[in-house]
Amino acid sequence: MSTTPGTIQPANADRRVQPWSALACYLLLGTCFGFVLTKSEVLSWFRIQEMFRFDSPRMYEIIASAVVVAAASVAFIKRLRLKTASGDPITIPPKQLGHGVRYAVGGTIFGLGWALTGACPGPLFALVGNGVTVMIAAIASALVGTWLYGLLRPRLPH
Amino acid sequence: MASFVSAPWPWYVAGPAIGLFVPALLIVGNRLFGVSSSLRHLCSAIVPSRIEYFRYDWKRTGLWNLVFVAGILIGGIVAAHWGAPRDVAISESTRLALTRLHIHDFSGLAPHELFAWPAFLTLRGFIPVVVGGFLVGFGTAYAGGCTSGHAISGLADLQLPSLIAVVGFFAGGLIATHFLLPLFL
Repeated sequence: MSTTPGTIQPANADRRVQPWSALACYLLLGTCFGFVLTKSEVLSWFRIQEMFRFDSPRMYEIIASAVVVAAASVAFIKRLRLKTASGDPITIPPKQLGHGVRYAVGGTIFGLGWALTGACPGPLFALVGNGVTVMIAAIASALVGTWLYGLLRPRLPH
Repeated sequence: MASFVSAPWPWYVAGPAIGLFVPALLIVGNRLFGVSSSLRHLCSAIVPSRIEYFRYDWKRTGLWNLVFVAGILIGGIVAAHWGAPRDVAISESTRLALTRLHIHDFSGLAPHELFAWPAFLTLRGFIPVVVGGFLVGFGTAYAGGCTSGHAISGLADLQLPSLIAVVGFFAGGLIATHFLLPLFL
């Protein structure tokens, strides 16, 4: 693994190979998440339009209650110093603020794409599962975008 | 129970259900809930390159994430085959605004006039799918996360960078909705 200064390694990088049992858990959790994304309708272009037009509180209620439940869970885990299923400590690495440019500019660029496609990355995959197969092209295009970021990264302000 | 599977969930079921993926992934293996890093792992796995951003052991760092994403796709299939397909009951004002943008088919999860292969080779279909997809990929990589990683995980951990990113998400979304969509729809 490269340790050149300035390299941002993916969060939670570790050196252990994943056991099959853990991977099966992630597959099951992912399946549940795809199911939830569909049943909550947050993967719908129509719902995203409704949100950005402030025509219904539904999406805001969903996001806010998701954050509250997640925040309470994280606080609970930290307070009780809970461990993972395999007994390892649970740690959440802080994101580096830097100049904050990457979050403001990158976030805005993603927001443009979110409203155009009506989908963030999770829903893109869930939509393919729901039969909106043209989203395969959106995923391919997103991969090109991610690759281009990797190429330009040394020249972009962060 | 039958309606739980076939009908759309109310927000107070849907939101908390989404939030619970954060503790679930932490407890299973100290993983931070986030989907967009799968795009980086896929790039790293598919295109061998000298680009430093993609030079890491994706199997150790990202295999869990790719498996999770494969699950999301399967979950979509399961949800689609369980329960009759329903139209999304959006508000009348959104329907009216979209009709003014010449969208007339309100069936399914996304308008067929834009998100179907026949529309793909028209400007109306190409921009949302290809340009939108590109911006999603570039933007999430630049911002270091998407709705799940920043808006849910990051805000839940009270991280300032995530708050800045989420403000950016909405700024971009509002610009695209109110200024870009009318240009080509």
